[in-house]
Amino acid sequence: MIQKKNHGDLRIVLEVWRQNGPGAPGAFEEHEVMANEHMSFLELLDVLNEQLVESGQEPFVFEHDCREGICGSCSMTIDGKPHGPRDRTTACQLHMREYRNGDRVRVEPWRANAFPVVKDLMTDRSAFDRIQQAGGYVSINTGSAPDAHAMPVNKENADMAFDAAACIGCGACVAACPNASAMLFTSAKLSQYTLLPQGQPERDQRALGMVEQMDAEGFGNCTNHYECEAACPKGISVTNIARMNREYTRATLRRRN
Amino acid sequence: MTIADSQSSSPRLDSKVPGGPMDQRWSNHKFDLKLVNPSNRRKFDVIVVGTGLAGGSAAATLAEMGYNVKSFCIHDSPRRAHSIAAQGGINAAKNYKGDGDSVHRLFYDTVKGGDYRSRESNVHRLAEVSVDIIDQCVAQGVPFAREYGGLLDNRSFGGAQVSRTFYARGQTGQQLLLGAYGAMNRMIHAGRIDSYTKREMVDLVVVNGVARGIIVRNLVTGEYERHAAHAVLMCTGGYGNAFFLSTNAKNSNVTAAWRAHKRGAFFANPCYTQIHPTCIPRSGDYQSKLTLMSESLRNDGRVWVPEKEGDPRAPQDIPESERDYYLERKYPSFGNLVPRDVASRNAKTVCDEGRGVGPTGEAVYLDFGDAIRRDGKETIASRYGNLFEMYERITGDNPYEVPMRIFPAVHYTMGGLWVDYNLESTIPGLFVLGEANFSDHGANRLGASALMQGLADGYFVIPATIASHLAGRKLEAVSVNDDAFKEAEAKARERADLLLACNGNRSVDSLHRELGNTVWNYCGMERTAEGLQEGILKVRELRAEFWSNVKVNGDPNHVNQDLEKAGRVADFMEFAEVMFNDALVRDESCGGHFRAEHQTEEGEARRDDENYAHVSAWEFTEEQKLPTEHREQLTFEEVKLTTRSYK
Ligand SMILES: Cc1cc2nc3c(=O)[nH]c(=O)nc-3n(C[C@H](O)[C@H](O)[C@H](O)COP(=O)(O)OP(=O)(O)OC[C@H]3O[C@@H](n4cnc5c(N)ncnc54)[C@H](O)[C@@H]3O)c2cc1C
Ligand code: FES
Repeated sequence: MIQKKNHGDLRIVLEVWRQNGPGAPGAFEEHEVMANEHMSFLELLDVLNEQLVESGQEPFVFEHDCREGICGSCSMTIDGKPHGPRDRTTACQLHMREYRNGDRVRVEPWRANAFPVVKDLMTDRSAFDRIQQAGGYVSINTGSAPDAHAMPVNKENADMAFDAAACIGCGACVAACPNASAMLFTSAKLSQYTLLPQGQPERDQRALGMVEQMDAEGFGNCTNHYECEAACPKGISVTNIARMNREYTRATLRRRN
Repeated sequence: MTIADSQSSSPRLDSKVPGGPMDQRWSNHKFDLKLVNPSNRRKFDVIVVGTGLAGGSAAATLAEMGYNVKSFCIHDSPRRAHSIAAQGGINAAKNYKGDGDSVHRLFYDTVKGGDYRSRESNVHRLAEVSVDIIDQCVAQGVPFAREYGGLLDNRSFGGAQVSRTFYARGQTGQQLLLGAYGAMNRMIHAGRIDSYTKREMVDLVVVNGVARGIIVRNLVTGEYERHAAHAVLMCTGGYGNAFFLSTNAKNSNVTAAWRAHKRGAFFANPCYTQIHPTCIPRSGDYQSKLTLMSESLRNDGRVWVPEKEGDPRAPQDIPESERDYYLERKYPSFGNLVPRDVASRNAKTVCDEGRGVGPTGEAVYLDFGDAIRRDGKETIASRYGNLFEMYERITGDNPYEVPMRIFPAVHYTMGGLWVDYNLESTIPGLFVLGEANFSDHGANRLGASALMQGLADGYFVIPATIASHLAGRKLEAVSVNDDAFKEAEAKARERADLLLACNGNRSVDSLHRELGNTVWNYCGMERTAEGLQEGILKVRELRAEFWSNVKVNGDPNHVNQDLEKAGRVADFMEFAEVMFNDALVRDESCGGHFRAEHQTEEGEARRDDENYAHVSAWEFTEEQKLPTEHREQLTFEEVKLTTRSYK
């Protein structure tokens, strides 16, 4: 018997994905939680987990840390949408006032071959780290930098670089894409450096390295569905993908020459 | 508890502060330090625990220098460390605005802001290297805010009277951390850093008195691993989650620091915690954390409560004449920009008077009405748009129309493991960086100075000072099969087994929440001797309850977040008692430590420089026994001790 806590009068029926490991079979489990409109979605899962623990059952595993929409840890598809129904909002920032009494809500992990399920809602997103290791930086040793004002950056480019740099690496773009492509993520990282003078010296090797690593990780191709942009909690634009394609072509041609 | 009552420092606490003129100490010290020959560096293994700003910058820089670095973090990627959440900015004495800033002024402001409880020489070094940090980060491609001319923009922050804060919209922490993470990635790619993610340090291994390794639990497989090295750097962040509710990320913990403490590292000033004045108030008992609203909001927002107690009217129905803009009234020259401790305490005072607002009565208004009328909605939106949006998402209220409701929340911990000028703890070979150490902020930290300190420690201080250990001591070979490693691993396993075996009735969270309430009520914004004594008893009771009644389910050999939490909460339960003791022994008010017995007639903190101008560093003795206090006397050569006044 599950002992229910009463935190409000919003009755929510949750269907949450349970899976013990990468190859193991998985299934949805149904649970009921009494919520309150001010609760965040993760607090709803906390309440569910506390109920489960106190009734001797295993809580659901899900990743979270900052609960402020910036660390990119939380990663779950809610009713078919990565991070849930609200635009530009991570799961941790979603609040229960989006729901009505009696709603049935389905929660599952990111679905992508390159993000295998570790347990329940937790997936392995280390592929993103490896893409960045393949070139997502400027090679400058500590202590050798010139004065910060030695290199002015035109504000328009600085702002565009910033828009790309706002990516939190959560993986919603991959989860939203029918091909599980990582183009939005990779291109955002690449664009930040392409748009800044600091990124110019390593431009070619960065584009080649990151794109080739992305392919090696088993992400799918981009076939222009633009689901990634719609799902991105930080509003990263698909124009970055076009920029990456140009950068990659340019680097390939120059490599041949 | 034995307390050293002499005015001189304990012989166990040699700060190793160099002599000579203040502004030459760091350069002279660097010159005097031994060096490790570049070709010898690859013979040294260095463990860096933590990948926040402190750990990320240290790991990357040491690897660039040629050391073999092993990096560890509890997250699935180094980029997710708690530093990612910092919003407001990072200070540096660049004086790009030409408004009279200088290394000396940043140094002075930091010592004063810390209420004269920090070590002058450390703070001076911090101010000196602050300028190099900005250069480094810009060269890495960190997209700081720029002006139309293409140069960097600055703002004034958290009560500073000059504009020295560099920022990247509301994401300064994320952009700086991505810079350090990029530098790490370059070294991982080059094979110079081995990165171990999803690893929790559960013990420090000390061999013949020197820190030589760590035990970690693999958070995916549940396996315990032993790692040996010539030096261990702990960059594991602060202990604010002792309060359960704080602005810290949920996984922030005291475990690494506490384990090191139990192996001999002294814990300094644990009672110094910072309560941030502008956070979103809690809404119910399911609340899992508190959200900080950047303090830059105080640049334009006006703080007020109704004049009358228990005024039931909506804010827009309360006329000007019946509002109390209490910060402007009490502190005419700083107004809404008084330092954090002052702003927080005043919010508590008006709420205690029954003038708090909102459903819980634990909130004050932060009102943008005047700013919007003055500058227009668009200007305000361009400054704070993302913050307003975040507020609206969480509370459902629109701050363009109704004033925000804010309340103080635990935010940062100035206390931490004691370190000397080289950032070395009382265990040789164990260095502590970033928020995890106690070094630079005294009893109160100024806004935008934590990011500065983390990066100063990692990019510029440790790369020089680590040589004092590596080149200065004879380090015998150790192996992970040595007894010290086996013993530490066995102990860690045993603790986890005990937690699983308890099989009680209460969830870890419910116990943590109760601990947090106790710490907040008795060792929060205002403390009294009586309350602290009562609090200690409550903490002890709760600790006993924890070990007899906690329930941890699931498999220890797989992902088990409940087991992770239980281990951390068990450590908070022990740590809290030291915190209370420290607060009790410090019989004065200073910075974030406000003892109600020591206040002026106007309710301001009253320091006692004659008896308390020292650091208290606690030595672990035995389980269930009180720790021993050691003192490091602080001397002030450059900055005159005065009463902080923001009137
Ligand atoms: C919401 C918020 C906003 C802030 N804004 C600002 C600001 O604008 N300006 C400013 O200067 N400061 C700000 N601060 C403070 C500042 O962000 C922190 O003090 C600083 O980032 C701490 O950095 P750190 O590197 O010391 O530790 P953290 O960033 O906390 O990193 C700790 C690291 O240690 C690892 N770790 C922890 N425990 C273990 C363990 N047991 N085993 C293995 N690894 C472990 C973690 O995985 C992580 O990698 C803010 C803080 C908060 C909460
Ligand atoms: S928990 Fe950090 S983004 Fe959601």
